[in-house]
Amino acid sequence: MSEFKVHHRDGEGFSVIELKGYLDAHTAPDLESTFQRLLGDRKFNIVVNCKDLTYISSAGLGVFMAYIEDVRKNKGDIKLSNMSPKVYNVFDLLGFPILYEIYKDEQEAINKFRQHGKKI
Amino acid sequence: MNRMAKAISKTILSATDNLLEVRQFVSQAARQFGFSEEETSNIALAVDEACTNIIRHAYQNDPNQSIEISIRHQKDKFEVSIVDEGKQFDPQTLRPLDLKEHLSHYRRGGLGVYLMKKLMDRVEYDTLAGKKNQVRLVKFLHSVRSDAGS
Repeated sequence: MSEFKVHHRDGEGFSVIELKGYLDAHTAPDLESTFQRLLGDRKFNIVVNCKDLTYISSAGLGVFMAYIEDVRKNKGDIKLSNMSPKVYNVFDLLGFPILYEIYKDEQEAINKFRQHGKKI
Repeated sequence: MNRMAKAISKTILSATDNLLEVRQFVSQAARQFGFSEEETSNIALAVDEACTNIIRHAYQNDPNQSIEISIRHQKDKFEVSIVDEGKQFDPQTLRPLDLKEHLSHYRRGGLGVYLMKKLMDRVEYDTLAGKKNQVRLVKFLHSVRSDAGS
């Protein structure tokens, strides 16, 4: 069984990254590569769907920190959605809800991008 | 449940692909000791953070060094000891983390030690004979903590 999987898909004016499994120091580089690819393609409206994310450590959280500044400089955002209580607890302990918008489901996050009329 | 002092241990190579095995090892012991699923996850996360710091900082990503993880418990005390022979870490040099200030500068590092202290009842560092470093993570069953601080 694969321990971690990153899948990304593009919508109109936004991209969704889906995470599955364990996001730790070993698997964090896989997520970094996805962010690098999206930013390289100038896709700055990003929703990270954490529905199947079962575990996160600070190494995984560090990936979000690494790209948020660049994304916001380009008038985009990284919004998070579908977090389990266990994963949310780690985000919360580290104060991330101050820095990131976290939504119950992916569509809510996408709607936020649409409301603001942002372009990729 | 028998809560006499006893120890189990595991030695891994200092590579991040061993973190999952470490979490599974610690989780099984914590669960058997009587911790809830949430507490078990928190303990495994704290041990992951300690091992990640050793791999990245003490061994500077050299994957061929060893890390020994030992678990002892006595009465209501559950202790995980993690020993390495890498670069020494001086906890005195670590200033308490101001989380808001840290996040406002988008700093990605330094959060592991903060998490360990938040998740465990005690985090202690020792230097052992033979230039070995030890970090001890302690959690008590049914501990009530308002805030661990940083």
